[in-house]
Amino acid sequence: MTSSRTEPLPRVQEDGLTAGADGDRERSQERRGRRRHRWDARWSPYAFIAPFFVFFAAFGLFPLLYTGWASLHRVSLHDPSHMEWVGMRNFSRLLEDDFFWNALQNTFTIGVLSTVPQLLMALGLAHLLNYKLRGSMFFRVAMLTPYATSVAAATLVFTMLYGRDYGMINWGLELVGIDHIDWENGTWTSQLAVSSIVIWRWTGYNALIYLAAMQAVPDDLYESAALDGANRWQQFLHVTIPSLRPTILFTVVVSTIGATQLFGEPLLFGGSQTGGGSHQYQTLGLYLYEQGWFDFQLGRASAIAWTMFLILIVIGLLNWLIAKRLNKTH
Amino acid sequence: MLPTTAQRRARAAATPAVGTSTTTAAESPAGTPPRKATRRAGSAGKHLHAGRITYGILLLFTAGSLFPLLWTAIAASRDNQRLAETPPPFWFGGNLLTNMTTAWQDANMGKALLNTTFVAGTIALSTVLFATLAGYAFAKLRFRAKNALLLMVIGTMMVPPQLSVVPLFMAIAELEWTNQLQAVILPMMVNAFGVFFMRQYLVNALPTELIEAARVDGAHSLRIVWHVVFPVARPAMAVLGMLTFVLAWNEFFWPIIALTQDNPTVQVALTGLGQGYVPDESVIMAGALLGTLPLLVAFALFGKQIVGGVMQGAVKG
Repeated sequence: MTSSRTEPLPRVQEDGLTAGADGDRERSQERRGRRRHRWDARWSPYAFIAPFFVFFAAFGLFPLLYTGWASLHRVSLHDPSHMEWVGMRNFSRLLEDDFFWNALQNTFTIGVLSTVPQLLMALGLAHLLNYKLRGSMFFRVAMLTPYATSVAAATLVFTMLYGRDYGMINWGLELVGIDHIDWENGTWTSQLAVSSIVIWRWTGYNALIYLAAMQAVPDDLYESAALDGANRWQQFLHVTIPSLRPTILFTVVVSTIGATQLFGEPLLFGGSQTGGGSHQYQTLGLYLYEQGWFDFQLGRASAIAWTMFLILIVIGLLNWLIAKRLNKTH
Repeated sequence: MLPTTAQRRARAAATPAVGTSTTTAAESPAGTPPRKATRRAGSAGKHLHAGRITYGILLLFTAGSLFPLLWTAIAASRDNQRLAETPPPFWFGGNLLTNMTTAWQDANMGKALLNTTFVAGTIALSTVLFATLAGYAFAKLRFRAKNALLLMVIGTMMVPPQLSVVPLFMAIAELEWTNQLQAVILPMMVNAFGVFFMRQYLVNALPTELIEAARVDGAHSLRIVWHVVFPVARPAMAVLGMLTFVLAWNEFFWPIIALTQDNPTVQVALTGLGQGYVPDESVIMAGALLGTLPLLVAFALFGKQIVGGVMQGAVKG
């Protein structure tokens, strides 16, 4: 970045400078200035983007590739510099491991349970927030507050609320005549509970994103829909939703990426890397953590990481195809 | 443009919009000039005043958003025994300070808060600086392969952090950086979202003539950045800084692996609490409250700007 300042003077110019008269000197100085200027204009953009790419290469791209390399080796946590080639064995082991399929299924179920209600509620909330409201900023800030709460803090609180014996949720259920639920030990109940933490943290955030997109919808569309006799619900369905399609797709992609990596909530919900006594809410992220840092198999952990990456790529491609199909039909 | 809008308004006034007529009538009493009323009907479904049901639902969701936090504070002000009784407490007790002190000492929350402030602050500063530089280049400068490089930046947002954990762990083991803060700072120094965010802002906010004028005056590019780009970018830089600070404060996966309870960030300390480091539930809640409080204060002070930032990033992203 600072190279434009310290750039050495071109030799030829310097020679001309010593030989020339005052006028020449001025002119050559000007020329030198212009040349430096051009050099500066040409290379400074690269200097400005370089920090990002250098850091990304060092802490994003290189680790990504190296994880792929490590996934083909046996690497122990205790001696990570010693790598033993095993080819695809980590991957084939993975496919034979019931816990892998369990984690994959849990990740999928929790992903659906958390993403679908979250985005639907966010859409509805955004619609309500788009009305003329008294204290609209209060509502917006309040709904974004869960986003400021860390995964750890949120999960600790929810774990207490979902407590079997003294939790507030079971107490409330008892009031309406439902027996105590052992949230943590049941498969469905624990997955619902974990999903509810995700929903709590992200619904407001997504609502604000939808709200921003809704505010960008031109008034004319609503006006002509109203002229055609569409009521509010029909306007929402036939004007708002189609206008929001790119935003909705964007939030679906982001939420899916988030759901695939789900880690903190299931780790702290039960407080262990197994994701419950019978692994009933162990996600892929948690399974990776267990394999790497509790079974000391970094090679296998790398194989899980790459499997997650491949799943994300498939999801990305599917999204892209759906987006293309939708664009064609409309 | 003008006549058509007027025509449309007139037409809208002639045919009252279905389902909106009641609201319009209620909100504009007989005395108001008719023009105002027609405008409301014209923009049906958009700028309607909210009814009672809308307020009711919004208040319900607000309560749902805030209640877990409020209850954290309530539980933190009780003691372990009270939390093992039904019905659960709904109002504050007198143990808040005791529990906070215990959490501060036993769960290392004091050190954790200090560490996290340093980590998140450094990450926010460097992200804002590098994102502004790169965002400015992508928004206003001409260079080869610009579009391809910008696409690459966006593509990097897809890469999940799990993919770098193993090699990063091997690297810090080699460098003997385990438990040191630079191990969690360095991997987060730049951020693709930030670059994109600044680019989108500067494309519109920074007049190209301003840069050209400065260049004609003989200013070199660093001078331009300092005297032209930074002043214009300042509001967006502030918002990006706050968003990054929140994200860095709450970063979970990598710090858990790179740090231990001896030198924790807030999230590492809270994980320790959750894994039974301290058996007292009210102390755990006090720890959670301590770890969240700084961000809640920030939200109370800058909530408007943060909300604006989230919405801004959304429209353009």
